[in-house]
Amino acid sequence: MSTGLWLLLFDGLLVTLQLTVFGAALGLVFAFAAGLARLSGRRVVRGIAFAYTEGFRGLPALVVLFWLVFALPALGLQLEPLFAGVLALALNIGAYGAEVVRGAVLSVPAAQLEAAVALNFTPWQRMRLVVLPQALVAMVPPMGNLLVELLKATALVSLVYLQDLTFQGQIVRAATGETAAVFAGLLVGYGVIALALTRLVRLVERRAAAGLGRTPAREVTR
Amino acid sequence: MTGERFISFDGVSKHFGSTTVLDDLSFDIRAGERVTLIGPSGSGKTTILRMLMTLTRPDSGTITVDGVPLFHERRGDALVPAGEAHLRRMRRHTTMVFQQYNLFPNMRVLRNVTEAPVHVLGLSRDEAEGRGRELLELVGLGDKVDAYPSQLSGGQQQRVAIARALAMRPDVLLLDEVTSALDPELAAEVLDVLRDVARTFDVTMLCVTHAMRFARDVSDRVLMFNEGRIIESAPPEQLFDAPEQVRTKEFLRSVIDET
Repeated sequence: MSTGLWLLLFDGLLVTLQLTVFGAALGLVFAFAAGLARLSGRRVVRGIAFAYTEGFRGLPALVVLFWLVFALPALGLQLEPLFAGVLALALNIGAYGAEVVRGAVLSVPAAQLEAAVALNFTPWQRMRLVVLPQALVAMVPPMGNLLVELLKATALVSLVYLQDLTFQGQIVRAATGETAAVFAGLLVGYGVIALALTRLVRLVERRAAAGLGRTPAREVTR
Repeated sequence: MTGERFISFDGVSKHFGSTTVLDDLSFDIRAGERVTLIGPSGSGKTTILRMLMTLTRPDSGTITVDGVPLFHERRGDALVPAGEAHLRRMRRHTTMVFQQYNLFPNMRVLRNVTEAPVHVLGLSRDEAEGRGRELLELVGLGDKVDAYPSQLSGGQQQRVAIARALAMRPDVLLLDEVTSALDPELAAEVLDVLRDVARTFDVTMLCVTHAMRFARDVSDRVLMFNEGRIIESAPPEQLFDAPEQVRTKEFLRSVIDET
C-alpha cells in the first residue's frame, strides 16, 4: 500500500477523533442542560427538555445527520460539514446523556438535601456543593458507555461524505481491492480507540471515587 | 439561662394519608430551654423537629420562631405561604443533627464543617477553618480534619455532624435521635459530647431521644408524646420519677426494660 493511502487513513482517523472529542464535549453540554432542566421547578423548562430528550432519543442519528447536511441547506442554512456532523452526534448522545444526568442527580439521597437545607444553603448551593459532586461520580460509568457509543456512531458521517476513518477506508478499499484487509484494519482502528476511551473512563472513575474517600472496589471473581 | 417564649406551636396538625401525625398541637419553648421529646415511634416527635427545620409543612396551625411565623409571610395585608427567601431567613435561627449523620461524602471533615459558614454566613475561609478546627477539637476529632466521612466510625461521623451544626451558630439546635443508629459504646461518646455542648453553648435544644439518662441530665423539661399529642410535660425528675399518666409509665417501663 502506498504512503498516500496510509496518509488518507491517518487523515480519516483524525476526523473520527475530532468528531468523537467535539461531539462528546458538545453532547455533555446538551446532557447537562437538558438533564438539569428536566428537574427544574418550572413547567415550561421541564417541557422543553422533555421534548428534546424524547425527540432525539427516538430519532435515528443518521436521519438527524441527513437533516443537518442535506435538508437545512435546502432551506437556506448551510453548516460547515464537520460542525454539522459534530452537532448531529451531540444532539443524539446528549439526549441519552440527559437521562444519565437526571438519574444521577435523583440518585443522591434526599437526606443529603435535607442536611443542606439544615445548613441553610440556597437551592443553587445545594445543587452545586452537595448534589452535583456526588451525582458526577454516579455519572461516570454510564457516560463512559455513551462515549463508546458516540465513537461508533461517528462512522455514520461517512454516509454524508465526511472523510472519517470509515470513509477513507472505503476509498482505500476501492483503490486496492483489499476488502478483507481494509475492513480488518478498521476493526482494529476503532477497537484501539474504544479501548483507549474505556481506559480513560476507568481513570476518571477512580479519581471520582477518591473524591468521596473511597478506594474503588476490586473486581470480585465469582 | 432560659428567657422568654422563643418557639410556639399553635394548633398544629399534620396528616400523612389517613394517619394523624400531629393532632391540634400547641406548646411553647423558651429561649435557651433544653427540651427532650419522648414517646413511642410514630407519635410525632420527629415531625416537630422536621417542621422547625422547614423540611415538613404543617397542614394547619401556626408555628412562630422569635415572634415570626415560620411558614407564612406578610404580603401587603395578607399572610401568604412563605417563599424560599422567607424560609431562608427563618432557617438562620435553626439547625439540625440527623439520625443518619448525613455528612457530605464529597467533602473532607474540615470542609463539612466550614462550607456553610463560608457560603451561608459569609465567613472568610481562614476564619471558618479556625472555628471549624476549634469545634472539631471540642468534639474530640481535632486529628480527623483531613479524613473523608466514609473513613470514620458512625460515632465519629455524628460528632462531626454536631460540630458542623454548631459552626452555624444556631439559636436552636434540633437533635433527631442522634444516637439511635449507633451501638451503645459509640452512642455514649456522642452523648458525652452533647453534655459538653449543653454546658458550653447558650443554645435552645430540642432533642428527640430514647437515651433517658441523657434526657434526665441535660433537659429542663421533658414532653411525653402519644398519638400526635403531648400528654405530659414536666421537668425530668418529675416526669421520670413520678409520671402522672399511665401511658407515660408504660412507655418509660418499656424503654428501661430495653436498655
